[in-house]
Amino acid sequence: MKYPLLAFLATGPAHGYELKQSYEARFSPFRPAVNVGQVYTTLQRLERDGFVRRHGVVETGEAPARHLYEITEDGRGALEVWLRAPVAGVRLREDFFMKLVLARAAGLAAPAELLEGQRTAALQELHDLNELLLAPKLQDLTTQLLIEGAVLHLQADLRWMDLCEERMTQEEVP
Amino acid sequence: MTELMRTVALTKRYHANDEEVAALRGVDLAVERGEFVAIMGPSGCGKSTLLHLLGGLDIPTSGEIHFDGRRVDGLGEAAWAVLRRRQIGYMFQSFNLIANLSVADNIELPALMAGHSSREARRRRELLTRQLGIEAQAVMPPGRISGGQQQRVALARALINEPALLIADEPTGNLDSHSTRDVLGILRGANERGQTVVLVTHDPNVASRADRVLRMRDGLIVGESRLEGRTPSSDLLQALVTVED
Repeated sequence: MKYPLLAFLATGPAHGYELKQSYEARFSPFRPAVNVGQVYTTLQRLERDGFVRRHGVVETGEAPARHLYEITEDGRGALEVWLRAPVAGVRLREDFFMKLVLARAAGLAAPAELLEGQRTAALQELHDLNELLLAPKLQDLTTQLLIEGAVLHLQADLRWMDLCEERMTQEEVP
Repeated sequence: MTELMRTVALTKRYHANDEEVAALRGVDLAVERGEFVAIMGPSGCGKSTLLHLLGGLDIPTSGEIHFDGRRVDGLGEAAWAVLRRRQIGYMFQSFNLIANLSVADNIELPALMAGHSSREARRRRELLTRQLGIEAQAVMPPGRISGGQQQRVALARALINEPALLIADEPTGNLDSHSTRDVLGILRGANERGQTVVLVTHDPNVASRADRVLRMRDGLIVGESRLEGRTPSSDLLQALVTVED
């Protein structure tokens, strides 16, 4: 929540409710809605850290009055550092990897059986994502790229499962 | 659903360099009418051999093939040719297009051979080339168009007689992601109109469009995934993005 708010404030001062709306407009199909309380708590924390400051009040005629916030130089600095820092990705379905290793080590189940179930799940997920790609209301660029990214990850997962099966069966049948 | 095709203990052995190679070692496969089946597996697992046998392009060493309620594994070449003309469309991995005929003639030929009028053949061909985005190539010989376009020509040719069964060997093998989507759209469309599709692919993305994905290894079917053709809720999107707050 922290950096998205800083990023929105980098384009100009805004009050909490506007920030909530900006967030939802950008991320709505793939991030859950945020409550305005969460936004204000984050703004208070950012203010305490010196990344934003209050910039007067908007008179809406309603009580309570809404505080406008603006980004500080420190805030811009922190945003810049965050934005340019490369992100470490999740490389494997770690839970599944753990199950596979344990099943094999302890002789609890044949790896091929676990792989079979995992493959079906991955193929079903691929199916679902491909359906979403075609959904008329999800045709904006951000959403399409996000789904395409997930599709490529699943393809890699499936290829890795093939590799696991190939190598593990080679070892079992010398 | 009723059964369209079934194999019983199908085997195929080849002789290569004085060695006997078992390409298929007992395949039992039943395909329902209207089903979309994808077959995956490493190269050499026997998946292309299986398609060849299902399409009557090769003779099994032992076992049975039933199609549309009758046994077809003992049929001669001429009887298979009739079957392929009317009921089984076959899309080859190597396309097998006729070099000195235009794209349009290549596609229309099976329709004419099946007894359709030239007008009807042209109508069907125009519809397919439009759907597949190869209208502009109609007058060209196959040698003058790209591999991906040749692939789509081969698909149009396999579909022109609206066969009950479409067999396709790597139908998207040479295509970029955009053309892959076009071809998949055509296959799905054919399937939704009731045509049965059996294809071989190494692309999980293509396989994920099927009702059932079979996995082959060493000449046998070793695994099967049944997929639900559901329309996912867009909640799925929320699971795609995880953010550390």
